[in-house]
Amino acid sequence: MNKKMLSVISALLLFSVFFLAACSGGSEDSAPANADDVKTAGEDIEDATELSFWTFAGTHATFYANAADRWNKENPDKAIKLTVENYPFDQMHNNLLMALQSGSGAPDIADIELAKFPNFLKGDVQLEPLNDLIEPELDSFMEERINIYAKDGKYYGAPTHLGASVVYYNTEIMDEAGVDIDSIKTWDDYVEAGKKVVEKTGKPMTTIADNWYGIWPYVAQKGSDFFNENGKLTLDNEKNIETLEFINDLVNKHKIAELAPGGQYHTEEFYGFMNDGGQASLVIPMYYMKDFTTYMPDLEGKIQIRPMPKWSDSDYQSVTMGGTGTAVTSQSEHVELAKEFLYFAKLSKEGNIQLWKELGFDPPRWDVWEDPAMREDNVYYQYFHDDIFDVLLSVKDNVAGIQLSEYTPDVLTEIDSNIMHKVLREKSQTPEEALKQSADTVRQKIGDQN
Amino acid sequence: MTPKKENKLLRFLNSKKVVPYVFVFPFILSFTILTLYPTIQAVIMSFQRILPGNVEFIGLQNYSRIFNDTFYKALANSTIYMILTVLILISIPILLAILLDSKLVRFKTLFRSALFIPALTSIIVAGVIFRLVFSESENAIANQIIGFLGFEPVQWQFTAWSGMFLMVMMASWRWMGVNVLYFLAGLQNIPKELYESADIDGANMYQKFRHVTLPFLKPIIIFVTTISIIGGFRVFEESYVIWQGNSPGNIGLTLVGLLYQQGIQQNDMGFGAAIGVILLLIIFIVSIIYLLLTGAFKRGDE
Repeated sequence: MNKKMLSVISALLLFSVFFLAACSGGSEDSAPANADDVKTAGEDIEDATELSFWTFAGTHATFYANAADRWNKENPDKAIKLTVENYPFDQMHNNLLMALQSGSGAPDIADIELAKFPNFLKGDVQLEPLNDLIEPELDSFMEERINIYAKDGKYYGAPTHLGASVVYYNTEIMDEAGVDIDSIKTWDDYVEAGKKVVEKTGKPMTTIADNWYGIWPYVAQKGSDFFNENGKLTLDNEKNIETLEFINDLVNKHKIAELAPGGQYHTEEFYGFMNDGGQASLVIPMYYMKDFTTYMPDLEGKIQIRPMPKWSDSDYQSVTMGGTGTAVTSQSEHVELAKEFLYFAKLSKEGNIQLWKELGFDPPRWDVWEDPAMREDNVYYQYFHDDIFDVLLSVKDNVAGIQLSEYTPDVLTEIDSNIMHKVLREKSQTPEEALKQSADTVRQKIGDQN
Repeated sequence: MTPKKENKLLRFLNSKKVVPYVFVFPFILSFTILTLYPTIQAVIMSFQRILPGNVEFIGLQNYSRIFNDTFYKALANSTIYMILTVLILISIPILLAILLDSKLVRFKTLFRSALFIPALTSIIVAGVIFRLVFSESENAIANQIIGFLGFEPVQWQFTAWSGMFLMVMMASWRWMGVNVLYFLAGLQNIPKELYESADIDGANMYQKFRHVTLPFLKPIIIFVTTISIIGGFRVFEESYVIWQGNSPGNIGLTLVGLLYQQGIQQNDMGFGAAIGVILLLIIFIVSIIYLLLTGAFKRGDE
């Protein structure tokens, strides 16, 4: 009896362990619990210089390992042995901050996400400027993107993509509503189209994220931002209030938008909702193509990319959003080599073409957009349509940049936890009240520190 | 020569005056390195502005910035959470322990393991499952259950009461089994003769519980309550795995969450350290008051 009991219990225990393990594997794909996700390149080469790399995205890790293999083929005299370690998002950034703060333990090269980047530009910057690599070819880059990772005229980060914000239309729903997506030129058109969509299909025109994706692209496209070019806080200026009022109207007045299931665009709930044809359109940067092909297989062939509608008082057609700057740390013992490799992997023409081919990212160098290599068939052309880069070329001169300040993380925290929640979800504050209150909070912090 | 030397050393180590110090030495050492030194360092940091290659003393500036709405919100959240978890994680485990100790329940080992498994589960995994169970979709398990009972679907992760409910629920699920074990251990120490004599005196179930069980469990209850108070104020993971740092309207912001957000995520270590020092003081004061009230400092013969 006892033995039987024991075996039943152990079977139960085993089952629960496997069950839980399976659950964690499924939903945390991009975020391994430890850095057991290590990729190396050039291990078999003698005398190769060892370089270490930290990232928070499995796809990036593969990209750099491949780049190192190509580098070693082309530069046998300067071979590298690259170790790419992939950590969960927060853990990687925290570890990197600590390592740079304490003066030891940092890798040679690291990926730093846009919203975290300002943290690394405080005090004596512990990253190496990349000016000598970028400046000679500055004309070929979309400067709006390069500037995001700059401070006092020094470029510290190599961009991974332009991140041009666009609208992804679900043509099935738009057709059902009888709306021609090419007729949507302004945000007013968008609202009118949205009303038709809701009326005919019962589905929302779009969803708004609770986090900064729900406001920043719109604000920047209107020609405003949270800071001006002198670093002064402009969070509660007139244009931003108008923009948030517009977004609030989409949700609470015109009722053509809902709040994104799960609160933002990178949750299981949202992927499921979108995949089921839950909404007619989504405003998000080009990099989201990867999410579509990975998490929303049912929409293949149904999604059409178009530029964002325009504001009547601004000419910007798109905004560069999200993204990762890759930086060489000052703790590296091979700064020059690390920079050369970084240039090879991400900043060169060839590197930019690989960014598209391997990761589906819109390259930050516009001079490759027309390159024949970019037009080769791949999973993205099959999923979407073949005019992806025509859309980009059409908006090229009207892409708004964004201003980062060392207090940007504070503003983003306010947006994520207070502004969007109180205005859109709780409806306890007007856009003006919420923006003013949060601006005061951030101003208090800035004031105290200066 | 050598053996004599060893003898001397051994005799020294074995002498009644020295031996206690020898035994506590490893603890003193680890305490100094792992607790005392970081604590002192944190207090020093709380008076500094810390930037890479650029550390300066700024007096009380960090402390003067602490007391604002966000901090009070975090303090309120942590306090409510602490009170709720203490209430739930004391009362229910006592009842469960008594039940598991009684003759009424079969398959005791099974239930004990079942209760204890959550404590062994990774909090990250648990968080993912909780997020899915309590997601806002109408098809999520929690919403289906309350829908079956005739209630409207709830946006669990986006309203204040349900956010707190999620955190407390998660903590209760996680620590229930551990506390049951504590109380089970306590129950084993109660002499069976006392129940027998209570039976002879005609005591009913409640009277036995009130006059025999509870007094014997008192030291355990004090112990478990104290660690629950400390754990309650230190809550971080429950909130972190549900909201990943930023909860809507700060409904899940806790003191340690605020420390993490300011100190580490936003690279403001000095300010983070100041929050840590305040938290240390709060925990210290509340625990001392509780221990004084329950008479834990009195000697047994008083």
